[in-house]
Formats: sequence, structure tokens, C-alpha cells
Amino acid sequence: MVTVASITKAVLLMPDSLSPFHLAVALDGAGWHPAAWRETDARPAELFGAGYWADLVAEAERGSLDFVTIEDSLTMQSDDPFGPDDRIDRVRGRLDAVLIAARIAPRTRGIGFVPTVTVTHTEPFHVSKSIATLDYVSTGRAGVRVQIAARHDVAAHFGRRALPRLSVETINDPVGQQQLGEYFAEATDYVEVLRRLWDSWEDDAEIRDVATGRFIDRHKVHYIDFEGRWFSVKGPSITPRPPQGQPIVAALGHGGVSYELIAGSADVGFVTPHDAAQAADMVGEIGALQWAAGRSRETVHVFGDLVVFLDRTPRAAQTRRRRLDELSGAEYRSDAHIFVGTPAQLADVLQQWHAAGLSGFRLRPATLPHDLVQITEGLVPDLRRRALFRTDYEADTLRGLLGLARPANRYVVA
Amino acid sequence: MSKPVKQIHLAAHFPGVNNTTVWSDPAAGSHIEFSSFAQFAQTAERGKFDFLFLAEGLRLREQNGQIYDLDVVGRPDTFTVLAALAAVTERLGLTGTINSTFNEPYEVARQFASLDHLSGGRAAWNVVTSWDAFTGENFRRGGFLAEDQRYERAKTFLQTAQELFDSWRGDEVVANKATGVFLSDAKAGAFVHKDAHFDIHGRFNVPRSPQGRPVIFQAGDSDQGRDFAASAADAIFSRHSTLEAGQAFYADVKGRLARYGRLRDELLILPAATFIIGDTDAEAAEIAHEVRLAQVSPQTAIKFVEQLWNRDLSDHNPDGPLPTVDPLVGENTISRGRASVRMYRDPIAIANDWRAKAETENLSTRELIVEVTGRQSFIGSPQTVAQTINDFVQADASDGFILVPHITPGGLDPFVDQVVPLLQERGVFRADYRGTTLREHLGLAPLPAPRRSAGPDASTGVAS
Repeated sequence: MVTVASITKAVLLMPDSLSPFHLAVALDGAGWHPAAWRETDARPAELFGAGYWADLVAEAERGSLDFVTIEDSLTMQSDDPFGPDDRIDRVRGRLDAVLIAARIAPRTRGIGFVPTVTVTHTEPFHVSKSIATLDYVSTGRAGVRVQIAARHDVAAHFGRRALPRLSVETINDPVGQQQLGEYFAEATDYVEVLRRLWDSWEDDAEIRDVATGRFIDRHKVHYIDFEGRWFSVKGPSITPRPPQGQPIVAALGHGGVSYELIAGSADVGFVTPHDAAQAADMVGEIGALQWAAGRSRETVHVFGDLVVFLDRTPRAAQTRRRRLDELSGAEYRSDAHIFVGTPAQLADVLQQWHAAGLSGFRLRPATLPHDLVQITEGLVPDLRRRALFRTDYEADTLRGLLGLARPANRYVVA
Repeated sequence: MSKPVKQIHLAAHFPGVNNTTVWSDPAAGSHIEFSSFAQFAQTAERGKFDFLFLAEGLRLREQNGQIYDLDVVGRPDTFTVLAALAAVTERLGLTGTINSTFNEPYEVARQFASLDHLSGGRAAWNVVTSWDAFTGENFRRGGFLAEDQRYERAKTFLQTAQELFDSWRGDEVVANKATGVFLSDAKAGAFVHKDAHFDIHGRFNVPRSPQGRPVIFQAGDSDQGRDFAASAADAIFSRHSTLEAGQAFYADVKGRLARYGRLRDELLILPAATFIIGDTDAEAAEIAHEVRLAQVSPQTAIKFVEQLWNRDLSDHNPDGPLPTVDPLVGENTISRGRASVRMYRDPIAIANDWRAKAETENLSTRELIVEVTGRQSFIGSPQTVAQTINDFVQADASDGFILVPHITPGGLDPFVDQVVPLLQERGVFRADYRGTTLREHLGLAPLPAPRRSAGPDASTGVAS
């Protein structure tokens, strides 16, 4: 059947299965498997210090990965996606992701940092200057992954809004879907404010003009005058234009309004296909939405998220997964495809899915540092041999690594 | 037995958005590039300073309806740049100004606990209150807080944050791989707080940090502000510039501590001060005069006068006498986003004082502004500066100083290179750091671990 999505799939610039793609790693605690913290090489007592994160990022940088994402939330982790739990056998507690990134970035040279921020309840004015500052301290390698807070207990940490309680039962009924739509509409406004604030200073606003005594040219600093349903923000930012102009905005999507957010507002979308055909469909769907949103001239990367259990042999990987599942008491499930095998086998899958339209992948290591090292020492060399991945950082900004030009400032009158 | 010699505490303020910074000097560096902050911090650490200090403002200042452009404009986000500075320093304390009005306790507590973890126990929080609708235009709730409520909100904000910090005892992360127990307490981080300002409950998701909580700074000068500091702060900024005023403030604030069951050395008094170092006192005085003229240009002088007069005086001659018209009393509509205008409680009286002084000393508008808007400043040879600082501290006019150079980032170097060694030789300033945390640098005892985490069955926190 001919659909807008299928036409878009055909018409949009599809990556050649032989062209290089991008790799990111999703860092979260001791790894994505709930029992990861119990592995011999895990460092669970060090999760709340800088050294642990510095070591992980240094490893990722050795593999010349495009960027790391860092998970975060405004509540305790939970096995229940819709509410808290009281487990004591899981990693519980985490540091603020933007601050982890800022702490680590100055000692790195090429890798990008995309911390997660919650956009429900928080102030876009604060987040805008945080990410702009991350861009300064990393000399142009910052981005942000925007995430809604659908759990009801998050609202209670702020005490400002009474929000309907979403659950696995209600999320798909009309009230749940309507609330989800509201959260994503707020997220869309939030990203608009971030972007306007990043542009609120023109690049050459600081003039240091001794003759007239002016530090800035005030005509090059702009009010953003954003007015919306959840917030109004006057601007300008207190922080000058970031080195990249616009740090990267990323979002994880599972269809519907989350794809609209990616297509309408983001630079990078993370999607969760389970095979190449689904990958192609998702790319097509987002592409169509991107076109409908008037962004067809822009690049919106669509990366596939995968959880990876990597070992030298397939059996070793299977054994390790089973062992971890036994330790945690249940079979590990994910929204993303769970890959269990060797780095070479993973390279085959990534190559296939790349040919289906994904421009990159965000890999979720089952355990840290094991699966991260398998990526940098196993997967990356294999991909390089196939000419599918860079040999070293070829650009000094994250936008540069992702092939995104430095954008013009929307407030500059041409 | 004679009183033991007091040890001096020193800090460095990376200045920005006011006229202290002479940005026109060729040696003046960036106020936004990270390299500038890193250089400044590393200089302070080389000088064994207790901490680095950052102010904050959440909206660009305006005057006469336009963005103020005569001073440095633009600064990084406080938390983010301090976390980055933790990467390029090892011992230096990291003090950030964070507002209690346009923030929420859960987030701020997370960020400070995280900064404390990521710096190995060097975080500090200067609690400030802004309340104005002008700044509020950048935030969800706008100008929601009445001016007279700002101290109450600050107190309860700080109290709530303390409860969040204390919701972890510090021994809950056991991470026992063999038994599979990560947390020894399923209720770790549980909290409840309900009062007029905050009605929140749940679980705080950052385990107890090395210092337990950030060191608390406060800058209030009013009676309410002094009490707030005496009850809740570890250090207080003062703006009392003369020896006598400093001693009076010191005695007053330290005298309030007993009421809260605290000892005199549990609260440090740290005024801000600028400095000019010359080969001789005379040379320093000359340089100081030039710096003051650079800081107070004719245009800047007019701006200062407008801030007090609350009138548009753009046609006023800065080389002539002060305006004869009286200031306009009431809400300041000329200057927006500037905390200092709140100091002008009786503008007409101050204007009269200024006029009297100008007449007596035959000062033009600009010369008068140079005189009355100067900050406490140590001006002299390295020996004179070291002597004066030590005299102040030993005479209980302060416990140390927060130094603000007028050139950033390099302006701190002369102090670190020439004055610090003299203080070290005298035995009144550390030759090296002994401890690793900011509390240790400041001589503050470690906080006791909370007796038990506050759970839902604990009594609700109510601001006193």
C-alpha cells in the first residue's frame, strides 16, 4: 500500500549501507541489566563519585564514539515505570546528569555529552543556561536528551501540580493518551524555549567597545517573548550564545506524540525497532512527520536503541545473560531490542539496520564496564574494518561529528 | 594565657556583572570562556584559598527600559560551571549563589548533593532571595512572591533542602554483591515536608554526600537577615568596610549565635573586598585612583545617580554638581534586576548626604560617585595589604575576606604571588591544605549523621 511513510522512505536520502554511521552509548548506573551491579568488574559503591564516570567516558572516547547519554530522573529508580518501588536489590540513587557531564567534559577531547533532563515541572530558563554552559566547558560538545516525567510521584516532589496518575492499564485509554499528549506538548514548548534562549544572544553581541563604553551591543541581545500554556519566558538568557550555536536536542520515542517531538523539535531521535523492517518503518514515519513539520531541509538523525550483551562467543553471551537474569530474579525485558552475541554479529545487525535507514545507534550496555569495552575493543575495530565507523574524531564539535552545520541565529536580520 | 593567633580565611570571587571589573583593560579576559574560570580557580588554589565564589543574577539588568551595557554582561550557569571547576581543582571550595525564589528544593538539593559528591566534598551554597516580577518573567510562576515573604520562603526553602539532605544517613549504600543487597534501607531518602510554601513528599534520590550538605552562606544585613544567618548559616558575607563597622557587625552577629545553641566559631564573617597592590603604598594609591576612574566612567556615574534618584538623568552633566531635584521615592522604575537599589531605603536622605559631601569636598557628580560607591579595598604594597588584612582579622572585624580582583582572570595573581606568602610567613594563613573538604578548610566540625532517615511517619517539617 502506498502511504506517505512509504513514499518518504523511498524519497528521503537513505544512507548507503556502505556509508559510515554514528555510535552513542547510554550510560546508566552499573549498566542496564538490574543485576549489573553485582558483576565482578562492577563498581557499585563508586556510582556516586566522579572517578567512575570519568573512567567510563574515557573508555567511550577511546572508541571514538560520537557521544554518551547519561540517564537521569527527578525520582528514585523503579522497576515500575509508572510509580516507585521499595526494592533494595537494585541500584537506587543517582547524581544529576548535567553535572556529571560538566564534571567529566573538561578532561576529554572529542566525545559529546548528552545528559538527560526532565522537562515536566522544571524551568526551561535554568536548563537552557545549564546546557549552554555545558557547551562552553566542553568547547562545543554538548547536547540534551529531553524526557517527560509521567510518574505521579515526581509531581509530589514539587507539589505544584496535581496530575492524573498514569499506569500500564490507563496509558492507552483516552484519558491516559490525552495526558501523554499534554506532556509532549509541554515538551515541545520547552524545546522551543531552549532553542530561542540559545539564540537570544547573537554570536557577536559582546563588543567590548572602549570608545563608547559598551561591553555588549544591546541590539544583539533579544527578548524571546515566549508565551505558552505551561510557562511564559521573557529572556534574554543570562548566558551568551553557546559555541555550537544550538547544542543537540535528542529524544527517545516509541511512536505517536513522541515521534512528533523528534520530527518537529529534535536533532537526534532514539527509536526501538526489533528488526530491520521496523527500523525502516520508523525512519519513514519520522521522516513524514519531519516533512509535515516543515523541517525537510534539516537533518534529523534517527538512531536505533539496542541493549547489548556482548562476549567473545555467542554461548558466553547467552550464559552471561542467563546468569544475570537468575541473579535479578526475572528475565530482563526492555522497550529496545536485546542483542546477545559477539561484537561481529552485532556489527552485522547494525550494518543491516543502517541500510534500512538508521543513521546511527545508541547502545545500552547490559553491564558496565564489560559491554562498553566490548563495544570499544570489539565492535568499533570491526566496524572500522568495514569502513562503517570513524577512525578518529574528525570534527571538534558534536554537531560537526553528526554532520550538522552551525545554524544561523533566528534573531539575526539577514 | 594570650589569645591564640586567628587563622585567616581567604576566598576569591570571580566577578562579573557590575562595575568592579575593568573590562576595558587590555589584560582583561573573558567572563564566559571556561579557560578563564579554570585559570582563576587554579590561581586561587595555588594560593591555598578556602574557596571560589560565584554570584548569580537570573535576568539581564536593565536601566531606562534598556539592557544595561556598560558593565560585563553574560555569565555561565552556576551549578554547571562549578561542576566543571571540580575537574580542574582538587581542594578549592566551590561556592555558588542559588536563588530560593525561582527554584524548587528537590532540584536544588539534588544539584548541591551531586556537586558535593562530584567534588569530593567542596560544595557551598550562598542562599539569596530575589522576588521581583521582573526576574519572574523568566520563570513559570512569574512574580508570585511578595517582597515581605522572601525571607520566610528562603528560610523554609533552606529548611526543606536540609531535610532532603538528611533523608539519607550515609550508610545505606551497602552494595553487597554476594547477598544482592544494594540498599540497607528500603526507605532511604524518604521525606515529607508541609508548610505554607512547600507541600512535598516522596524519596530524595541522591545519597548523602561527603559533607552531608553544602556549606551554607548568607548575605543578609538587615536584622532579619542577621538572624537568619545566625540560625542557619555557616558563613555570612558582610559589606562593612571600616574596622569599626566591621567589628560592630561581627560582635552583633556572633552575639546572636548562643540563642541558637551555636558556638562563635561555627559562623564565619567574611566581607568582600577589592585590592590594589603596588610596589609602594604611594604607587598603589595612584593605581587605585586610576582604577576607580576606569570603574566609574562619566556614563557609569550618571547610571549610579539615576539608580538612587529613580529618574532619567541622561542629560545630566557628570562633571557638574549633583542634581538639585530630589529622588523619586517609591518603586524603582529606572533600574531593574539590580539588588543594590534595595539598599536605598531613604533615597532623599542619602541624596542629601551626597550633596553635602560633594559641596564640602568640592566634588563633581562623577567624583562623588567614585567616593561613595567604592567597595572595601586593600590598597598598598604587599606588606601593607598583608598587615591590614591581618589587623582586621585579629581585631575581630572579620574572619577573613572574599577578594574581588578588578581584572579577570589574571587579577588574582599579584595577591597570590605577593601577599599570600607574607601571610603564610606570619603563620596566620595555611601553607597548605590540611583537609580535603570545604568544611575542613573553614574549621567547621563535620556534621553528625542524622539519627534516622525521616520517613512518612516522621513529624512534618514546619518552618520555625
